[in-house]
Amino acid sequence: MLMALLKRDLLLAFRNRGDLLNPLMFFMIVASLFPLAVSPDPELLGVIAAGVIWVGALLATLLSLDLMFKSDYEDGSLEQMLLMPQPAMLMVLVKVLVHWLVAGLPLAFIAPLLGLMLGLPNGGFMPLILSLLLATPILSLLGAIGAGLTVGLRKGGMLMPLLILPLYIPVLIFASGSVQAGVQGSDYLGHMAFLGAYLALTLVVAPVAAAAALRISLAR
Amino acid sequence: MSLQNLHNPDTTSSTTGPNATGNGPWLSARGLFCERDERVLFSELNFDFLPGDIVRIAGPNGAGKSSLMRILLGLSAGFEGELFWHGKPMAQQVYDFRSQLLYLGHQVGVKGNLTPEENLAWFSPAATQDDIYGALKKVGLSGYEDLLTHGLSAGQQRRVALARLFLEDKPLWILDEPFTAIDKEGVSELEQVVINHAQAGGLVILTTHHDLRVPVKTLMLGGTETEMPLC
Repeated sequence: MLMALLKRDLLLAFRNRGDLLNPLMFFMIVASLFPLAVSPDPELLGVIAAGVIWVGALLATLLSLDLMFKSDYEDGSLEQMLLMPQPAMLMVLVKVLVHWLVAGLPLAFIAPLLGLMLGLPNGGFMPLILSLLLATPILSLLGAIGAGLTVGLRKGGMLMPLLILPLYIPVLIFASGSVQAGVQGSDYLGHMAFLGAYLALTLVVAPVAAAAALRISLAR
Repeated sequence: MSLQNLHNPDTTSSTTGPNATGNGPWLSARGLFCERDERVLFSELNFDFLPGDIVRIAGPNGAGKSSLMRILLGLSAGFEGELFWHGKPMAQQVYDFRSQLLYLGHQVGVKGNLTPEENLAWFSPAATQDDIYGALKKVGLSGYEDLLTHGLSAGQQRRVALARLFLEDKPLWILDEPFTAIDKEGVSELEQVVINHAQAGGLVILTTHHDLRVPVKTLMLGGTETEMPLC
């Protein structure tokens, strides 16, 4: 059942690829507007590059969270999923995996290109890619809680960022901090260790919380 | 459909439930009470649904038919009272209950961006392609197997979901308005499917505004008195 769900969701993602490209386009647009708005001076851009890329990635993820459960809620599939005999948290994990594959992972691939464009110093690339690979799953996992809580609301648009952003802040601080550390040539393993620990924590807690959130949303 | 091995012989070991014998009621309720917006939908509702029953939950709009169904499914927690599955409290039986349940709601969960075949493949992962084609043929969708579902009419989209009745070997059917958007001929075929399922020892619980030409038990909701012909 879970494999069938994974297959179905990946197929749906492929059929709706327009929706999925939106956050990626948003990410690229945000990053490419900064040189125009701030200054094309590579020295200055190099200083803010890590922050710009990470803020962009975070906002792009927020933009795509709505897709995780919304359409399944609207057409009744979500009810069917919650009535599967398998625990709902496994279903949530499948949903998170699909969201990460289509919305999180592409960010990690495109980010080095944006880093190049913004003149990110050489030492920053490794921690940038590593931090994105480690932290985008956290964004998807935590996002599932917010998406689950707001899926039944007709106007939940602003509520989800308010719920989720406080949980995203540590990710932002440590991820962009790791890039800064890399740029300055110092050790960034400490930051990575924190991100890894945060990922382990959310991997355990978030699916349970999101499953509970979905039950509440559907109970009405 | 084979519905033999459904009775667990060990259900007799239960202590709390009503008539906890192997041939006892499948789904029972004791003292169900539900209110919405400070309006009591039903109170002191007791029933025992037996294998072979076709139960129609009836009542005017807003009487709580869908609410009762969601309570039976375990999707809604806004009620008081107790539910039993095979004589044991529902809370201990969730896995067993869900693995024997086929539910079709108002929204049937058919994706417009998938073909009927792909839709059914995830509902019934165990089914082979031949099974799926056979089921789609039975609901009159031969030749539509690999067209995107959003191109089909409303009735055809519901028929995709109804094909699950032929695909999944589940003893308990809970169907919320299954005849919506289905043509006359389709309705009478569907009635026959429901009868066959009950005669094979399954349990069907449905709501509908159609007049059924099927021998049913009716659970009447609505009004100040709740009529309870089932207990």
